[in-house]
Amino acid sequence: MTEAMSETGERRDRKKTVKLRILRGVGGQTSPPHYDVYEVPREDGMVVLNAVHYIQSNLDPSLSVRWNCKAGRCGSCSAEINGRPQLMCKTRVDSIDGEITIEPMQAFPRLKDLVTDVTANWKVAAQIPPFTPKANAGDIFTFYQADVDRSREFRRCIECFLCMDVCHVIREHEADYIGPRWVVKAASLDMHPMDGLNRSKFMKETGGLGYCNITKCCQEICPEHIVITDDAIIPEKERVVDRHYDPLLWVYRHLKRNAEAEGM
Amino acid sequence: MWAPRKEVDRVDVNDRSYDERVTDVLIIGAGGAGLRAAIESHDRGAKTLVVCKSLLGKAHTVMAEGGIAAALGNVDPADSWEVHFSDTIVEGQHLSNWRMVEIFAKEAIERVYELEKYGAVFDRTPAGKISQRPFGAHTYRRLCNIGDRTGLELIRTLQDQLIARSVPFMDEVMITCLFRDPKTGRAAGAMGIDVKTGKLLLFRAKAVILATGGSGRVYQVTSNSYESTGDGIGMAYRAGAELMDMEMIQFHPTGMIYPPGVRGMLVTEAVRGEGGILTNSVGERFMSRYDPKRMELSARDVVARSIYTEIMAGRGSKGGGVYLDITQRGAEYIKRKLPSMYDQFMAFADIDITKDKMEVAPTVHYQMGGVRVNPETAESSVAGLYAAGEVASGLHGANRLGGNSLSDILVFGKRAGESAAKSVAAMDLPSVDGESIEKEISRVLSPFSTTGNANPFHIKEEIASNMWKHVGIVRNAADLEAGLIELEKLRDEAKGLKAVGERAYNQSWTDSLQVLDMLLVCEAIIGSALERKESRGAHTRSDFPSKDPKWLVNIVTSQIDGKMVRRTEPVPTPPEALLSLIKEDD
Repeated sequence: MTEAMSETGERRDRKKTVKLRILRGVGGQTSPPHYDVYEVPREDGMVVLNAVHYIQSNLDPSLSVRWNCKAGRCGSCSAEINGRPQLMCKTRVDSIDGEITIEPMQAFPRLKDLVTDVTANWKVAAQIPPFTPKANAGDIFTFYQADVDRSREFRRCIECFLCMDVCHVIREHEADYIGPRWVVKAASLDMHPMDGLNRSKFMKETGGLGYCNITKCCQEICPEHIVITDDAIIPEKERVVDRHYDPLLWVYRHLKRNAEAEGM
Repeated sequence: MWAPRKEVDRVDVNDRSYDERVTDVLIIGAGGAGLRAAIESHDRGAKTLVVCKSLLGKAHTVMAEGGIAAALGNVDPADSWEVHFSDTIVEGQHLSNWRMVEIFAKEAIERVYELEKYGAVFDRTPAGKISQRPFGAHTYRRLCNIGDRTGLELIRTLQDQLIARSVPFMDEVMITCLFRDPKTGRAAGAMGIDVKTGKLLLFRAKAVILATGGSGRVYQVTSNSYESTGDGIGMAYRAGAELMDMEMIQFHPTGMIYPPGVRGMLVTEAVRGEGGILTNSVGERFMSRYDPKRMELSARDVVARSIYTEIMAGRGSKGGGVYLDITQRGAEYIKRKLPSMYDQFMAFADIDITKDKMEVAPTVHYQMGGVRVNPETAESSVAGLYAAGEVASGLHGANRLGGNSLSDILVFGKRAGESAAKSVAAMDLPSVDGESIEKEISRVLSPFSTTGNANPFHIKEEIASNMWKHVGIVRNAADLEAGLIELEKLRDEAKGLKAVGERAYNQSWTDSLQVLDMLLVCEAIIGSALERKESRGAHTRSDFPSKDPKWLVNIVTSQIDGKMVRRTEPVPTPPEALLSLIKEDD
């Protein structure tokens, strides 16, 4: 159980040490970032964050790494490991053959070494219309487990921002798109059984939902296995379409508005 | 929307300048207690600022799994705040402050419904009400839960409320000391570091709320996050506030033991709540020897001690723990009720808990002691300084019940926010004297100029291994004294703590600064543990194995003339009406 076995039952090459290449550099510094290479003793069940901690403690105390729970729950230690956005605390060293390259998330400005500045997310979060209970929700809510299960998936998000890192719209275009994490947030509110708002106008006009062209990269790397594109982004897009592009509904709403205006 | 990427300004290593922020209420910490306090303070019209050491939303609250205890009576209609009151007092071994427990048991109910109105989505009963699950030593099914992610939902919900209200906050700011007005003695602000850039910050405020959590990281094997290093307790003590019940450290019965890198990671009590069975190496369901009535769902101190006893008696598992088995529940049930546990064991240990037993051993989980507070207002012995949540003391006595801390942080977070906001109305800004500021700046920057060569990461490890070795589940005078001697050596070593590199996001620097408070917290824990010559709740002395009514006292720790001193105070007796509610089990 403790030894890594390949499918044929052969023991993998278990070298005593593992080599890590880490991208180093300070934000605002003129000299370009560079890679430092370290060799770290392997341990049973070791994760990449353990190896980085070993470097920080024993080889180079100036190395910076953001972390907190070390249990895959808080979403602090996001990085690109051999090019793939992952949590360092959940990536086993024995799952990677050969050298391990660790780089900070490229979608966010670098602060230092593996640490990036993700604070811009809070400004985006502040624009999403918040949870607003329906008028008839009552003082103590009544709703059912089936309603809970519908939005539970979105509420597992640990805000590691790996989906934002892998999103090519955010990464390359600096477009006015809120990004996968924030579509998931909007979806969690829209599917809240007691929420009374419709966020489709926001998603269309401010959220820039149209920028997403459904490459599904975000849902592939989500460490919480949230099916971001299929379960959150596409339904949100459908809501926008229903609201703004359905010709029958448009006529119906137009007439209803006129009727209401006359009735007043 | 995504402003053009701007690199951060670089701060010179010797830069003594600081940015100044002025607010009415300064809240330190953004876990459940800090966020709930911020909402309350803001809603009551006080200018509020939240600072926290990690990123917003990453505080240790996020790790809470099982649920939030409140006597809604949705599943067991016989439940009431009175029974919750009694359970909390009895399992706290009568060291709790009765008034705090009364407020807690009553207000937990409103706080849960309020959290739901804020947008939290709890699991439901068939009738569409908030569902409640059984948990250790709660008489009734009382824990409102959100799968096994209750803490995540709680913190996210409150974080959304904070953002929706546009309450100002600064994350990744580490506070290094508290200031008091030299004339009035009232809390007046704090010094801090913007961790992202390394810039120094001065906060001036009319009231300060500590919501900094506990200090599990002073132990080697712990379920606690990186940031739980006891800063709040240390800085409150340094500012002259009294601490209480510092000897009371909760060992959670079930932490992972393998692989080494995850040792101490929590295995939620919900595994036992859902029917998990504990066995030893000879296959006995050993809890029948220690608590035949409640078995695996006995109080945490009892289960932790039982596991420890089994291991010490040579009946431990291969890896040095005991076995925890939930396989009889079947794969479908386990994956639905305990999804995070299933993932955790698969990801880290290659163990499928639907097919195999887990190996577990106790892990340091929670600190019942902390800053002594007024039960009504959450104010410490320093005027204008408040404390709520794990950093405070008085609610949980000698042992905390599972689920009681999530309700604790909401009830007393709200109370602290309310009292702080009320206290600042029509008040002038207290003053901070320039000399204290300059002194603190010199102290904070000293790791960059020291001639010493001490490695902060190594000293933190040594502190933690000393506590694990000498101040564990079962204590005795000789071990505790050895722990104190070792602590003095570490204190000496820590004088030469050295920071390496730039100011921006420098953990050799910030970790160096955490060491002082870790040492103070350890000194307070060991001193109080030596003082309490009996065994009660989480505090077990092999040289004083029984509970002694003469120790029905709280041990209060404070600083006099730069020295740590202790005194005992009798636990206040509840009024007759409340006394009659308390139902002893045995």
